[in-house]
Amino acid sequence: MLAIEHVSKVYATRQGPRKVLRDISFRLERGENLGILGRNGAGKSTLIRLISGAERPTSGRILRGMRVSWPLAFGGAFQAHLTGLDNLKFVCRVYGVDYRPLVPFVEEFTELGIYFREPVLHYSNGMLTRLAFALSMAIEFDCFLIDEAMVVGDVRFHERCHVELFHKRKDRAFILVTHDADVIKLYCQNACVLHEGRLLPFPSVDAAYEFYQATMSSCPDPVESP
Amino acid sequence: MTTESTPTLLHSLGIQRRVLHALLMREIITRFGRENLGVLWLVAEPMLFTLGIVTLWTAAGLSHGSAIPIVAFAVTGYSSVLMWRNSASRATTAVANNKPLLFHRNVQIIDVLLTRIALEIGGATGSFIVLSLLFIFLGWMPAPQDLLEVIFGWLMLAWFGASLALLIGAGTAFSEVVERLWHPAAYLLFPLSGAAFMVDWLPVGMQKYVLLLPMVHGTEMLREGYFGNAVPTHHDAGYMASCCLVLSLAGLYLVRQASRRVEF
Repeated sequence: MLAIEHVSKVYATRQGPRKVLRDISFRLERGENLGILGRNGAGKSTLIRLISGAERPTSGRILRGMRVSWPLAFGGAFQAHLTGLDNLKFVCRVYGVDYRPLVPFVEEFTELGIYFREPVLHYSNGMLTRLAFALSMAIEFDCFLIDEAMVVGDVRFHERCHVELFHKRKDRAFILVTHDADVIKLYCQNACVLHEGRLLPFPSVDAAYEFYQATMSSCPDPVESP
Repeated sequence: MTTESTPTLLHSLGIQRRVLHALLMREIITRFGRENLGVLWLVAEPMLFTLGIVTLWTAAGLSHGSAIPIVAFAVTGYSSVLMWRNSASRATTAVANNKPLLFHRNVQIIDVLLTRIALEIGGATGSFIVLSLLFIFLGWMPAPQDLLEVIFGWLMLAWFGASLALLIGAGTAFSEVVERLWHPAAYLLFPLSGAAFMVDWLPVGMQKYVLLLPMVHGTEMLREGYFGNAVPTHHDAGYMASCCLVLSLAGLYLVRQASRRVEF
């Protein structure tokens, strides 16, 4: 079980405090999934960071009754001077997993070849994304947090991510945030829209989709967040 | 508030141990690399500094004709400086350098600070032990008179360095000014820290001002343990412990506040 209870997040800016998320609540059980639609700057990534525990909410609380992943395919957590293998070791140590049995999977999935044992600073963006995704899959979580970043990469990588996540791990829970309504339609059984800092629930994915499309055409773009 | 479901203390300690181990391994590889001496640089680097100081002070005759052998005076003095200064200096960049790792829920600001403190204390201690043994073996330096008091003084300096590191490390998460101020402060504190003089050599009027600095007490304790009655020393373990306690509590409080402010 994962419970988000009355969570709000305020960021300090030069123009004063800015409330990014307002009183957000929902629950997710193992095996369930939730798609969250929102435009650029709606606070999707902020919400994912709060759920993962990387940042703390300004108010409200988050109860994690299952093992929640870090934001999937997040490449920023790499230390540039460490090799791909070193980064695997680091993540395994932090989560208390033996890294050795995982080396074949990560090597095979990332297709890094000799670069697996070279410093990450020599990697291309594509290589970084593959390593990030493979590390996320190396640790077994009950609930995966997927930011739209996962959608980058070529078709082949995309398909393999799809197999790993939605076929091999379909018994797990996941939360997928994206601005792309079609992705949500494809993968999610439930959908919400993050709009003006509030999380709006909908009875069906189609209803969320329609509302989202309507706001896209009626409202001006909100301020882009970095 | 963010909570895992009812974690036990034992469970939490397990996570803590894992995270510190992971950070230590990572820090050693990123800082010293795998080439040439590798992790041995942890001890070699402070040793080189201390050797340089020993050479300079011997050449300058800094023990002012007192009964103290100059090599031992320099080794005990500069090693003391390494203890309180290096932890704090390395802490200034700890949060910024490790920020991506804070993405993992169990990696917290306190962990990256503790890792750096442990490494600096380990390096300075290793350097002190190796150099002392070497010089004692060569006969350039006497063996310590009271080993227990040496260890006690050393631990007090370690505590002072650690509490300073927590305070400064957490402070940098609030403002970069902390880092900018620490470096001149460390530079100015060095000559006042008791490394290059014995308190007893100072005019009586100055002694009480110098003794306001906590690390002076630690250095004097260390030297009393080392040289015994060869030189009168001035120190108050209670005063130094009180200072360290206040700094530690303030440091831990700031670390906690800083953890709540982490943003990506």
